Amino acid sequence: MSNTIAQKKGFGATLWDYLTTVDHKKIAIMYLIGGGFFFILGGLEALAIRWQLIVPENDFVSAGFYNEILTMHGTTMIFLAAMPLIFALMNAVLPLQIGARDVAFPFLNSLGFWLFLFGGILLNCSWFLGGAPDAGWTAYAPLSTTSPGHGVDFYILGLQISGAGTLMGGINFLVTVINMRAPGMTYMRMPLFTWASFVTSALILFAFPALTVGLFLLMFDRLFGSVFFDANYGGNSVIWEHLFWIFGHPEVYILILPAFGVFSDVFSTFAKKRLFGYTAMVFATVLIGFLGFMVWAHHMFTVGLGPAANSIFAVATMAIAVPTGIKIFNWLFTLWGGSIRINSAMLWALGFIPSFTIGGMTGVMLAAAAADYQFHDTYFVVAHFHYVIVGGVVFGIFSGLHYWWPKMFGKILDEKLGKITFWTFFVGFHLTFFIQHFLGLMGMPRRYWVYLEDQGLDLGNSISTVGAFFMGVGALVFLYNVIYTSVKGEKVGGDPWDGRTLEWSIPSPPPHYNFAQAPLVRGLDPLWIEKTEGRKGMTPAEPLDDIHMPNNTILPFVMSVGLFIAGFGFIYQAEYTGGFIAMFVGMGITLGAMFTRSVKDDLGHHIHKEDLDKGAGM
Amino acid sequence: MSSHEDVLNPKVMPEEPEKATLEGKNKFLGFWFFLGGETVLFASLFGTYLALKGSTMDDNTSQNLFELPLVFIMTMLLLTSSLTSVYAMYHMKNNDFGKMQLWLGITVVLGLAFLGCELYEFYHYIHHYEFTFRSSAFGSAFYTLVGFHGGHVLFGLLWIVTLMVRNAKRGLNLYNAPKFYIASLYWHFIDVVWVFIFTVVYLMGVI
Amino acid sequence: MKGWMGKVRALFLLSILSLILSGCGVENLSAFLPKGYGAEVSLDIIFISLAVMIFVFIIVMVIYTIVLVKYRQKKGQEDFVPKQTEGNHILEIVWTVIPIILLIVIAVPTIAATYDLADETDKGDSLNINVTGNQYWWHFNYSEEEIQTSQDMYIPVGQKVYLNMMSSDVLHSFWVPAISGKMDTNPENENTMYIEAYEEGVYWGKCAELCGPSHSLMDFKIVVVSQEEFDQWVSDMQNLDAEATPETASAQEGQALFEQSCLQCHAIGSNPVAIGPNLTNFGDRSKLAGVEDLTHDMLVEWILDPESIKPGNKMTGNYDVPSKDEAEKIADYLLQLKPSEITPESASE
Repeated sequence: MSNTIAQKKGFGATLWDYLTTVDHKKIAIMYLIGGGFFFILGGLEALAIRWQLIVPENDFVSAGFYNEILTMHGTTMIFLAAMPLIFALMNAVLPLQIGARDVAFPFLNSLGFWLFLFGGILLNCSWFLGGAPDAGWTAYAPLSTTSPGHGVDFYILGLQISGAGTLMGGINFLVTVINMRAPGMTYMRMPLFTWASFVTSALILFAFPALTVGLFLLMFDRLFGSVFFDANYGGNSVIWEHLFWIFGHPEVYILILPAFGVFSDVFSTFAKKRLFGYTAMVFATVLIGFLGFMVWAHHMFTVGLGPAANSIFAVATMAIAVPTGIKIFNWLFTLWGGSIRINSAMLWALGFIPSFTIGGMTGVMLAAAAADYQFHDTYFVVAHFHYVIVGGVVFGIFSGLHYWWPKMFGKILDEKLGKITFWTFFVGFHLTFFIQHFLGLMGMPRRYWVYLEDQGLDLGNSISTVGAFFMGVGALVFLYNVIYTSVKGEKVGGDPWDGRTLEWSIPSPPPHYNFAQAPLVRGLDPLWIEKTEGRKGMTPAEPLDDIHMPNNTILPFVMSVGLFIAGFGFIYQAEYTGGFIAMFVGMGITLGAMFTRSVKDDLGHHIHKEDLDKGAGM
Repeated sequence: MSSHEDVLNPKVMPEEPEKATLEGKNKFLGFWFFLGGETVLFASLFGTYLALKGSTMDDNTSQNLFELPLVFIMTMLLLTSSLTSVYAMYHMKNNDFGKMQLWLGITVVLGLAFLGCELYEFYHYIHHYEFTFRSSAFGSAFYTLVGFHGGHVLFGLLWIVTLMVRNAKRGLNLYNAPKFYIASLYWHFIDVVWVFIFTVVYLMGVI
Repeated sequence: MKGWMGKVRALFLLSILSLILSGCGVENLSAFLPKGYGAEVSLDIIFISLAVMIFVFIIVMVIYTIVLVKYRQKKGQEDFVPKQTEGNHILEIVWTVIPIILLIVIAVPTIAATYDLADETDKGDSLNINVTGNQYWWHFNYSEEEIQTSQDMYIPVGQKVYLNMMSSDVLHSFWVPAISGKMDTNPENENTMYIEAYEEGVYWGKCAELCGPSHSLMDFKIVVVSQEEFDQWVSDMQNLDAEATPETASAQEGQALFEQSCLQCHAIGSNPVAIGPNLTNFGDRSKLAGVEDLTHDMLVEWILDPESIKPGNKMTGNYDVPSKDEAEKIADYLLQLKPSEITPESASE
């Protein structure tokens, strides 16, 4: 219904529709576009890094600018590309998988997106205003507190704003999963992607506040003269490292767990088999999330915490290999005895297994503290975390996009182009990063602007650069595929993959109320159960009735604009009165919008049962 | 599904009006999660404070600065305000809007008194001891931890007053009951944090 | 598909081949070629963990290959519905317990090695050097011997040497891959580690914690010499005359200029002033500014425009740039500061 109306609308009306929407499916599309844009930006930064390192003592970029590029590459990829793309998948699919009409907090959902977007834009404004942050994505003090210019200030405020958005997203999905499940959808019948997103949301909730505090302390030191990290006044820079990694380590699980969820669903669907060891998979996911909070100091083995702390954190870190191993074997045995169809979504999932296993192997090696004294802050670490983040998260995002694209847009991404994307990206990925393991131990620390000629690092770096361009080509082909499919692709029905979970029981793309009648869930893989019993779709759990939906609102957008303005204000308040004014105007806009939200009743609206599309949701 | 009329003008107020609608249930649960995140936030601030509390650069140590009588009065004010907000919620469940507003009003007054004391305390430290945000890492950590709490108190007051004024004319319904309820939850949380500040910062600070 | 696979294989072979050609890196730099105690211990742990992990990887890949070969959907069997297995308790216990055992195999030697490398029992009886990381150079203070030096650290072969490390500004990390793993230098607390080199020679050291634009140029050296040579070097450094008059007229003028404008930051002799690197044995240095060849022309260039060699260094903008002629004279003076016969050159022979 909403789609046919949208097509008839003019550009202005469509734009207004997206600015004000609280529909999780539209928010998913916006996350996809926003995250995709920053992914391209971060990718260009990556290519600049690799181009600088193609030959020894290169001068493609200056030393200071190189530090800006590497900082922005890391920050952009983690906070502005990987996280939003994960959120795109969660928004697009999670409510459908549990049979919900909407998320628990549609308003917060929209606010979360706009905060991410304006935070990301604020951060990237630094390029044009005297230089980007240059203290690494980890922003270790005192380098970050003493870094000249405003680059690091943009880092602080950009991340603070987008981080607040992420936190809201986390709370939203937690409550959605707990309160909004369809009748019969018990916890132990939820698809693994939903489980993983649920655990990820809990991690977000408990990890991000540590970053919030860290960023506040950094902001106070840089902008308001406090001395948290200034050793001359008794400050201690190690506090930042702790706060950052108490956030930062769970952050990598925040990224990888939803990817694990994607693979679980994809393997199960395309092997035509129920997920092997479902219960073990769920507990492994929860255990990884839990252990994720116990291991942050393995990023700090060389800080001088002493052998006792180093040993404890080494063993705790190794322990994570057990649930991760359980997952790998459960996936393999899901495939075992199956009827495996290989298409683009499945290729990414199959490519993930060897890639991620290598990343996990090097993870255990890094956990061995005495060995880490050599690995730490070298290209070995760079190789390791790209194996898990690209080989795990990015592969997962690509797999999920190919898998759910027909659900989101009603069209299947072109298979041939999809396969070209996979192979160029996959080969480029291993070419880029495998050799970096060796470069690290051969004596190349990370974040090096140049390496010297006579140190045996030339060939490895050249190979790595060639690989990076392969990945670039792969990403371009994917982009072309998106355009090609939207122009030439053919419409498909609600269930193109012979799916097993609830999202495949409704039309593609779904109507804006998702389910006309809440479905009755009778087990794991509910749609599969109905199919094996000869039914075409889900049995409804309730009679057809009016549907209550939330109202669109522009307030989230306004609040985010306010914080965006206030962000500039905070950065420039010490130098210009204009900055001081912007600080108050921006905060005023945000608080005013919050006040409006508080005093203006917003009860939503009802769609009358006569207006529902006939047969939708059945 | 209930229509708008049922939410805004319910014929009978249920036992737990704050959890009678799905929106109310979501708010209730979501707010508990939010408080979980806030707990991590304050835990991080406490950790930072504990790491830096010995980092004084001059005579302005916690032993020389803190005066328990004032802090004790502040603690009493805030603890009492928590109790009065419990009364308010008790009257909300009995659907007695007038008494709820009265007890919320008393809560606000106590909260304001607390904030006044805190401002006096900070003023005192700054002017009599020249102990500021910038004078030592201890100063930075102290003002940040206690100031974050003070900021929460201020926000809570603004929130409760907004709710009281907005709903003064129309009374309780299923739409605003969850709002009142979570505002009082927030107020309790602030109170609990203060108990920790009182113990960790002030009591442990004068020893 | 077939064509693609062929290209993939060719590319993999190429990359593995090139890896073998490049070997394990350069001697006295690579962690693969350990020449010190810490590096050796770390490499042992690396190999133990690598062996266990390769074992796991092989098992995963064997199952993976079987699955892909055997269970692909065949033509005409699109409607085949496989058995919907829920799981298998025995298998699940197996792949939980075996990894735990494998991890214990790694964890035990790891913990032993971690404690071993943190051992400080004989610190009092050993040579102690206070190391300070600065943007972008290293300072070494032999407190007991009262020797100050920068960039080149001299140690005796086969002896435990304790390094007490701090930073004067931002975080740095002290790393000499061939001799030992790294340790951070923090501005607020001292970290201690020991190193022991097995062979005489000159070893590359690097900064391994992002510290600013010239992070990648913050190289230093450890010069490992025999015990006799080390004693000789210590006595040479202790007995030098910091104010000795140079031989050539140009160097004499250079000395006057140096004492007039450079001494505020750069000490010569055992003066502990270390705003800039100590230049006592500058003429013996292995490299200029850690990365460039130590030549007269390069040194003149540094004096005139250090920014062109080390972006972001603390010298730029903080001194009166001399004329080219004056810079030449200062260079003449500095290059003849060779207090000892024991040099990086003699050590690498």
